[in-house]
Amino acid sequence: MSKERIKISPDLYDIMPSDYQDLVQSATYGKEDRGWKDIGTSKELIEQHSLCAGCPESMAFRYILASLPNPEDTVMVGSTGCTSLVFPMVAVHNIHSLFGNQNAIASGLKRALSVRFPDRVKDVVVLAGDGATVDIGLDMTLQAWFRQEKFTTICFDNELYANTGGQESGLMQKGFVAKMAPVGKLFDKVRLPEIARESGCHYVVNCTVSKPSLVEKVIRNSVLIAREIGPTYIQLYTPCILEIGKNSMEGLQEMRDSEKPTERFAYKEYVSEPAKQFLAELAAKDKERKAAAKQLAGKA
Amino acid sequence: MAETKSHIGTQNKKGQTYTDAWQMMHEAPRNPSFYTGSEVIKEALRRASCDVMIAYPITPQSEAAALIGELFAEGYIGDYFRGESEFAVMSQCAGAAFGGARVFTTTAGPGTMRAMENFPMWAGARLPIQMIVTCRGINSPLSIQPDTIEISYLLNTGMLVWHAETAQDFFDWILKGFMVSEEPEVHLPLALCCDGFFVTHTKDVVNLTPADMCLPPYDPYRSPVPCMDMECPPVRMMRDPFIMKSNYISYATHASWQQEIWAAIERSRKHTIKWINGLIDTENTDAEVVIVASGTAVSQGREAIRLLEDEGVRCGLIKVKSLRPWPGEEIREATKNAKHIFVPEFNVTGWLAKEIKATIPNSERVHAGPHVCGGMTMPPEIIVSEIKTALGLRSESLAGRGS
Repeated sequence: MSKERIKISPDLYDIMPSDYQDLVQSATYGKEDRGWKDIGTSKELIEQHSLCAGCPESMAFRYILASLPNPEDTVMVGSTGCTSLVFPMVAVHNIHSLFGNQNAIASGLKRALSVRFPDRVKDVVVLAGDGATVDIGLDMTLQAWFRQEKFTTICFDNELYANTGGQESGLMQKGFVAKMAPVGKLFDKVRLPEIARESGCHYVVNCTVSKPSLVEKVIRNSVLIAREIGPTYIQLYTPCILEIGKNSMEGLQEMRDSEKPTERFAYKEYVSEPAKQFLAELAAKDKERKAAAKQLAGKA
Repeated sequence: MAETKSHIGTQNKKGQTYTDAWQMMHEAPRNPSFYTGSEVIKEALRRASCDVMIAYPITPQSEAAALIGELFAEGYIGDYFRGESEFAVMSQCAGAAFGGARVFTTTAGPGTMRAMENFPMWAGARLPIQMIVTCRGINSPLSIQPDTIEISYLLNTGMLVWHAETAQDFFDWILKGFMVSEEPEVHLPLALCCDGFFVTHTKDVVNLTPADMCLPPYDPYRSPVPCMDMECPPVRMMRDPFIMKSNYISYATHASWQQEIWAAIERSRKHTIKWINGLIDTENTDAEVVIVASGTAVSQGREAIRLLEDEGVRCGLIKVKSLRPWPGEEIREATKNAKHIFVPEFNVTGWLAKEIKATIPNSERVHAGPHVCGGMTMPPEIIVSEIKTALGLRSESLAGRGS
């Protein structure tokens, strides 16, 4: 899609909603080097959201949407949960169908887009909660990786079923007392990042969304590697402040506390050999491009 | 948006000519061929300009899904792969259809049941996927035998549901089915059912359309809902997500959406009548005794009618081809002279008889049966016996029936 396509007929301009007008005027579709720094100076690809005040998921959504390298040709796949409250407000095509089938939907979608647009880039990005990714949808999450489906899977890990009121999930910490874990969860947090690596993902990151620049780098890498090489998996800690008894202002600190070197969301990254090579080539090209731009600026 | 243009007369990469579907199905020469039902599915798909086919091995399954893999290897299908379960496969089909592809899959029996959550979603999302259902038993103890009970579960999913009698029906309806379900005012998935084993694993002479002709490609931009390919503006679909709201607007939206799915099935009626030549076929419906059936029970009914004729009992036949849309008006008209209506079925619950009873006046005329299930065959003699018993005629006892 080019930005041309979303232009409004002059005769209808004034009756279009202001958020759409803003999208046409200042959204960053097609902008090279788009990233989190565009937030505040351009129209974001997310309008209002109906998440709780201070919910770290909303921060994650904003950074991810600002960081997609190619939003004008990206289709996102969601699942049921808090994320499905946000997707109707997102200005890239997105699919919600059932709970837990997101990686199956994305497999079919990516195949169809590859058949229909063989000479163009069409990125597919899955974004779902930990219940959808690790519990009810684990089969389809893993099988998509085994098949080396070329799309990115992002898991918003809030360590419980938040939208249904805080029940135990597979990514919950051992011992945490929650609904359906009345005496505390009896088994360890499922180690999906390690499983992802063993299942064939080429880029796996486990981190929080406390640092927008880090989220930008990770999302960009994960989409580009998925496009060229194979599946990628990003697990982001987006704590449910409501269910862990925090206030609206405490989400950021909770993430910072949880990403300390000994904590469960200390930054962890796995990059496969082909992906390492790809990233090195990308960095070299980037350097070359920046040098050329500098030279051009010097001449001017 | 990609150009919406006619491809008629141009060639695909396999050298097949995109042909007007009506001309291909009704005017092009036919070539008689001796094939199994599964091979017929493959031959129909060869001509269907299908973008994506997703397969699963055990449902129990006909060999059709594997045969279509051969078509993919030959270059006739855009993409093809084996999914991990029927639930996943039906979701993968949905993903491909959301992305604007013409999508085909097959399932049967327990596989249909496992995938069931997907079907109302397909209809609600207006995805014109075609799913072949080669009906098998779903019960415990484990069965791989033919039994049509799974059709009854599909009737309220919002899908179009057709029930083929023969391999010839199957060949024609696969191709015609795409034309009906892809109509912009319909745009719904089609469950094209047949009786597993009896149709899929037996050989029959089928008149095929020329192999160098194929259907025009699917145009996703004729869909009543946006195709998820970022080729049209990513409009905001709703101000608040309806799912979590308990208010009047939420209720009204869901109600109107569901009503629209059933309205789309209604709108498919005229297209279905046009393409498969009516929702029912009738023979001798001026008779006082009429058999109403679908699938291979029609063939057995036809044989029973021949046996009854030998004994001087005149009996009419109604072959129900489409179950959704339901031919209510047609069945009322065709049964108006009947004093006795028999509904033989390959399932124990008699869902077709229930549908008919709910449709016609004086429903005590309906004799639900005979029923066979769990893979039993339905010899015409048991239909004859059922009819003669009901009419008070002397009936020879049938071995093993205890009659």
